[in-house]
Amino acid sequence: MTFDYKALQDGLRRTGYIADDDLAMALALAVGLKRPLLLEGEAGVGKTAVAKALAAALATRLIRLQCYEGLDANATLYEWNYQRQLLAIRTHEREQRSADEIERHIFSADYLLRRPLLEAISQPVPPVLLIDEIDRADEEFEAFLLEILSDFQVTIPELGTLQAQSIPYVVLTSNGTRELSDALRRRCLYSYLDFPDEAKELAILRARLPGIEQHLAEQIVRFVQLLRREELEKKPGIAETLDWASALIGLDVRALDGDAAALQASLVCLLKTEADLKAVPREVAARLVGKVA
Amino acid sequence: MSTPGAGPAARLSGFMAHLRRNGFAVGPGETEAALAFLAAGDPTDVAAARLGLKTMLTGDRGQWQRFDALFDAYWFGSGVRAALRAEAQGPRQEARRPEIWNKALPAEERAEAAEPAALPGAPSGEDALPAGTGRLVASRQEALARADLRNLVSPEDIAAAERLAERLARVLRYRLSRRRLPARRGDTVDLRRTIRRNLGKGGEPVELLRKHRPERPVNLVLLLDVSGSMRLYSRYFVSFLRGLLGGWLHADAFVFHTGLVHISDVLRERDRLRAMDRLSLMVEGFGGGTRIAGALKAFNDRYARASLNSRSIVIMMSDGYDTDPPELLAAELARLKRRARRLVWLNPLLGWRGYAPVARAMAAAMPYIDCFAAAHSLESLAALEGELARL
Repeated sequence: MTFDYKALQDGLRRTGYIADDDLAMALALAVGLKRPLLLEGEAGVGKTAVAKALAAALATRLIRLQCYEGLDANATLYEWNYQRQLLAIRTHEREQRSADEIERHIFSADYLLRRPLLEAISQPVPPVLLIDEIDRADEEFEAFLLEILSDFQVTIPELGTLQAQSIPYVVLTSNGTRELSDALRRRCLYSYLDFPDEAKELAILRARLPGIEQHLAEQIVRFVQLLRREELEKKPGIAETLDWASALIGLDVRALDGDAAALQASLVCLLKTEADLKAVPREVAARLVGKVA
Repeated sequence: MSTPGAGPAARLSGFMAHLRRNGFAVGPGETEAALAFLAAGDPTDVAAARLGLKTMLTGDRGQWQRFDALFDAYWFGSGVRAALRAEAQGPRQEARRPEIWNKALPAEERAEAAEPAALPGAPSGEDALPAGTGRLVASRQEALARADLRNLVSPEDIAAAERLAERLARVLRYRLSRRRLPARRGDTVDLRRTIRRNLGKGGEPVELLRKHRPERPVNLVLLLDVSGSMRLYSRYFVSFLRGLLGGWLHADAFVFHTGLVHISDVLRERDRLRAMDRLSLMVEGFGGGTRIAGALKAFNDRYARASLNSRSIVIMMSDGYDTDPPELLAAELARLKRRARRLVWLNPLLGWRGYAPVARAMAAAMPYIDCFAAAHSLESLAALEGELARL
């Protein structure tokens, strides 16, 4: 078994995702060793997009579990379809069936609502399971998740234990709003994603917006790179760069040093809080444009 | 490989030991996985081996960033100076210690941290160590010249403050969770269990089972002003903080002055005298004046993301005499409030007759404060209990 990360890197590139060597190796190991991969990094560096690109590159399904505070096992594994169960009880009563028979019927797979984790382990072809923003879920959920990720089986009291049909490729992402447990970290492979450097960001921009003019693309990337060095509450991520580039193309801006008013108006694509918008007034924008032009 | 005769497995376990000394949590399981990985790959492809081991053996951002230097140091003997510094940082918790501590740590720990730079032949001038050392000496003399904290507090006062802190901690303990658990008198019907239970009654929901939202421990963040104007009071508060941190409560404590220092580790020191010593050293290390807004900014930038969540209560203890502009304080408090649930401000001056919060910084801060109370004596701290219970 060799871990050909170059091939995976090319595969990801074909789907429009530019991964550097670190990330490509991490993904290759996660796929090869069937171990979950924990991705950390600032918001907007493309953590979620990794999973989507991986699913596309492996030509398989992406199943996503978005975490939030208060998430529990019911919402992630399975739930019974209560409305249908109640209806079924009524109809079967009229048919004079025994309680045992009804029970067997309404606790069958037909009435089971599969939630992401159960869905992911019951696929015949291994899907990519994206567990997004794990740091938002509570500690209890983390422990529960560890159990699922090591056994890949789910016990439903009414149906028995369901073994995984295939082991999914698991990608967890975290924004670092809470310290994750050491147990989870040890269980996972780890990779840290940073904001891309100029060359990489330019490559991403050209891969996603093939029609963009080279000159404008270079200016956009340099401007965003400079903007990230300013004191901002929320630094613009790659998605913001792409949005902004689309907006500039839509506004028919050919060069950043042309239309100052249009440039200033389009900054809402990059700066997402009121304080940040105020921190980059016209003069600051003009100074940055002066540096990139 | 440089050691003839030693097999790859032995060399690799040497590397694992090297990582463990640098605070990585790697065990036999990881060694085995790493060995399997190396055996599978191309033995001449160093770049791939490095990337793979990095992915498998690191666990957080700090380790991720230090790994390359450690890898080079072990396998190629290069960058030894950098790696030595990493090694001297000791186990993981200490690696995260704020840099500012180095200027104020007790001598023995300081010496340990300074070791790599003190190696003969190591090129100097790459960091500000000489200046730092001078400052340490100065601050120790200062500490001797002024009375240290422990002599100013009678044992009874400390005991009272810690008892009080325990009581407050108990009051603050729980907030409602958003998870739901089965409960006899819950506020919502638990359909899953209800249907299961009532099957025997023909599926008619005769007996309703309920669930409720259990309570979860809150998270406390304490920010204590230790500037000259607060010196008289901060000794009570330090004992108070010790009481809060000593319990089961999840709490983080910081002191500020002209800078901000994370002191949770110091306060958890079991030996009270030693904790107080270390703390008074750290406190003396600062310059004059109070920069409340600057300290808050440092907190918001460096620690807020990790230590605040929606169950956090921030307790600030300060008299509000700030040398930073009040607008800055207002802006930083606004940032703080976006992350924390409540802000409690304890101001000892409030206990003085005729005091009104007219200090400009205090006036700017008022809109963001959920509970503003005096804390000039132990009794007034005790009076807080009711206030905090209502938050």
